[in-house]
Amino acid sequence: MQEHIVSAFECELNSLKNKILKMGGMAESQLRMAIQALKTNDFELAKKTITADAELDKLELEIEELAILIIAKRQPMALDLRRVIVTIRISGDIERIGDLAKNLAKRVIAISGRAPQYLISGLDAMSDLAQQLLKDILNAYAHDNVQQALQVWRRDAELDRLYNSVFGELLIYMMVDKHNISFSTHLLFGAKNIERIGDHATNIAENIHYMVEGELISGERPKSDMTSISNYKFDENTDK
Amino acid sequence: MINTLLEENHMQENSILRAKYAAKNLDVYYADKQALFGINLDIMENQVTSLIGPSGCGKSTLLRCLNRMNDVIDICSVKGSIRLDGQDIYDDGIDVVELRARVGMVFQKPNPFPKSIYDNVAYGPKIHGMIDQKSDADEIVETSLKKAGLWQEVKDRLAAPGTGLSGGQQQRLCIARAIAVNPEVILMDEPCSALDPIATAIIEQLIDELKQKFTIVIVTHSMQQAARVSQKTAFFHLGSLVEFGDTDQIFTNPQNQQTQDYITGRYG
Amino acid sequence: MIDKMSRHTKKRYQAERRFKIYGLLAIMFALGFLGLMLSTIALRAIPAFTQTYIQLTVEFSAKILDVDNKRDVKQIARADFQKIIREALYAEFPAANKRQDKKHLKKLVSSEAGYHLSRDLLAAETTDLNFIGTSAAIWVKSSDDVDSFIKDFISREVDEINRRLNDQQIGWIDSLIADGKLETRFNWDFFKFADSRSPEDAGIRGAVMGSLFTLAITLMLSFPLGVFAAIYLEEYAKPGRITDFIGVNINNLAAIPSIVFGLLGLALFLNIFGMSRSSPLVGGLVLSLMTLPTVIITTRAALKSVPPSIREAALGIGASKMQTILHHVLPLAMPGALTGAIIGMARALGETAPLLMIGMVAFIADIPTNINDPATVLPVQIYIWADSPERAFESKMSAAILVLLFFLIVMNGLAVLLRRKYERRW
Repeated sequence: MQEHIVSAFECELNSLKNKILKMGGMAESQLRMAIQALKTNDFELAKKTITADAELDKLELEIEELAILIIAKRQPMALDLRRVIVTIRISGDIERIGDLAKNLAKRVIAISGRAPQYLISGLDAMSDLAQQLLKDILNAYAHDNVQQALQVWRRDAELDRLYNSVFGELLIYMMVDKHNISFSTHLLFGAKNIERIGDHATNIAENIHYMVEGELISGERPKSDMTSISNYKFDENTDK
Repeated sequence: MINTLLEENHMQENSILRAKYAAKNLDVYYADKQALFGINLDIMENQVTSLIGPSGCGKSTLLRCLNRMNDVIDICSVKGSIRLDGQDIYDDGIDVVELRARVGMVFQKPNPFPKSIYDNVAYGPKIHGMIDQKSDADEIVETSLKKAGLWQEVKDRLAAPGTGLSGGQQQRLCIARAIAVNPEVILMDEPCSALDPIATAIIEQLIDELKQKFTIVIVTHSMQQAARVSQKTAFFHLGSLVEFGDTDQIFTNPQNQQTQDYITGRYG
Repeated sequence: MIDKMSRHTKKRYQAERRFKIYGLLAIMFALGFLGLMLSTIALRAIPAFTQTYIQLTVEFSAKILDVDNKRDVKQIARADFQKIIREALYAEFPAANKRQDKKHLKKLVSSEAGYHLSRDLLAAETTDLNFIGTSAAIWVKSSDDVDSFIKDFISREVDEINRRLNDQQIGWIDSLIADGKLETRFNWDFFKFADSRSPEDAGIRGAVMGSLFTLAITLMLSFPLGVFAAIYLEEYAKPGRITDFIGVNINNLAAIPSIVFGLLGLALFLNIFGMSRSSPLVGGLVLSLMTLPTVIITTRAALKSVPPSIREAALGIGASKMQTILHHVLPLAMPGALTGAIIGMARALGETAPLLMIGMVAFIADIPTNINDPATVLPVQIYIWADSPERAFESKMSAAILVLLFFLIVMNGLAVLLRRKYERRW
């Protein structure tokens, strides 16, 4: 792709991109820190994770402002227009990912080490995959790589499957002993948070596809989250 | 949501549209130099079609073929056909003067005659024998100026020279002058390039209103303008028609890389 | 660095000031010469605008005027009025009774005075002839020598032999002055009469009329011809070798010495068509040949300078080519074309050389009344007077130059006015 004749425009678009990548990196490390805190029952790390989210919110605002400025000043067309609009959407997704990581970190304090390690390892596996998806999708975004984005889009189903198994496990655990219900519920919500992170990565993948190709991904979003029929139907409605 | 709305809009429009102009394998030469290469283009009735592209891409040449203004240039020769309502306008039997009465033109620089506002508008009808008595002329002048949205501003000074108006008013006077002979098509060659943004907005609003009655073809360098006023956009590059399609699609998702590069400001 | 720059800037300003001063000097130099020329001419022309008159008590004696006593106007018109004036002079100075004295005495008045007197008295068809037998005090023109003496061109200090007036004549003049019977008046006759051998009777009217007739012919021919030629060349002719060839040749014609046009006129109009010599018609024809290239060139330039947008506008609403030209292009080009024509006219007005060849350089004492009468033109009149030996013609010449300059200024003023009035309004 040729560069813009107006190099300042090129710079602004690049800066937008770099901010997204920076944001993505921060969200990724937030997620890593949260799961680490959960595994090691580290309150300090959890708190650090929670406070780190403010940085992410700030970056999102910056991106939004820059995007508006670009629209006002450069009146982007076609690919550029889609890029700017998509960037706003992606920043929203990443900000949500940060929120979800923060939420997970909050639960570390609530659980306070009462959960057995093998239950946590389920979440750990989910988080590993989520981090992988996040890394891949940011990579795809950085290089306008539709193929990689589509891969992420498809792999979200794996995360859903992992979530299904964690869900079942926790359900059984809660049925065994009612004292488990409290921390299990927290873990359940934590797992759901990680699953949602995958959904946001899927969103980003769809946006990258739209940005590069100019049209929406044809076909249905792969879904393996069977925990709720209503959830399934809701997804179907929104994504159409 | 917006997409579906626009689509519906188009569906409605398309259902009653027919091609006003049809260019087939149009080649235009200036002496030995070829300016247009095999252009195939349909221009729909009651739509605004904008022709965009970098300078020297042939868009103005095409526009000037549509009312045979190129005839003035001796070295200009045309091959292929342009049909207006099915009739080839380069046929021997076609009278250029009549053709230009059917196809009005508005130019880049507002060019009112150095005469009164009234005479500017009445001139066309007069030479085409549309006026039998003074009241005919009065009526044509008033309706044309009203259609051009200039009546309120000039009705008290119709005898004032047309050249004394502001740039935007002059351009609207030129539009009034063009529509006074009751044309079917109006060609506009960068009509707003000499105007300030407000005057431009007024002209754009006018174009939007005029498309109810006229078929409009506009050459513009402002892609935003093309995006704003037209339903169809044709992108030209080096004398060829690179891409032609719905304006909404051209400006959000052009199919051709050259179009993409041009409208996003990457054309070198 | 900044110091170097500021020094350089200072130099640049100095250079600019010098540059301005050169221009100013050039203008002052030119203006100075113009002023010098104009003031010399004007000063030398002043005497031509006054004329000395002598009062005489004449007796309209029937013996001289109406010999047959028939009271017939035609008969009386042929009578010797000059003799009446002579008699009046002798009566004024009875002392001069010798033949020689009388000869000197009659030289005080214009030799044409009698002719003018009879014309004044018998101007109307039904003239009252009652004046015969009466006497009256009338003013008659002095001779040019007396006039020159009054205007100090003849000095008393010069030896009598080298003087055109002798001491006796000067004595008579002095006594006339003392009696209040000699005065100078504004010389209306200068503007009323045609050329004459006697300077006191020579006027500019003939030349002015000749010039006007000639210019009228020139304008009527060269302007429409030139404009049509220019329109064809500029609007219709296909650009190519032939058009270029014609264009180049028109430019060459504009540069040809004007006397060549005179030769052409002589060969063509006089020898082949047998038109009358010295007539404003032939003069006008020759001058329009000379003016035509100028008109064509300026009109073409004016047509070219009409912006293409106006043509496009007219063509765009379906005007035909002729309508475009007649309704839009030509009106806008008209000021330029007219200016060109007037400048051409002004040049034609000052032209003598071509007229030399067709006989307009001639002594013509009658005022031309139509385009076929023999006539002369202003610059030719100047040339003729410049060649005449009498002292009085010198001032006449200067006065004629002034009149010519006046007409030139009027014409150039007209050109400026036209340009102003139809200033480009697009």
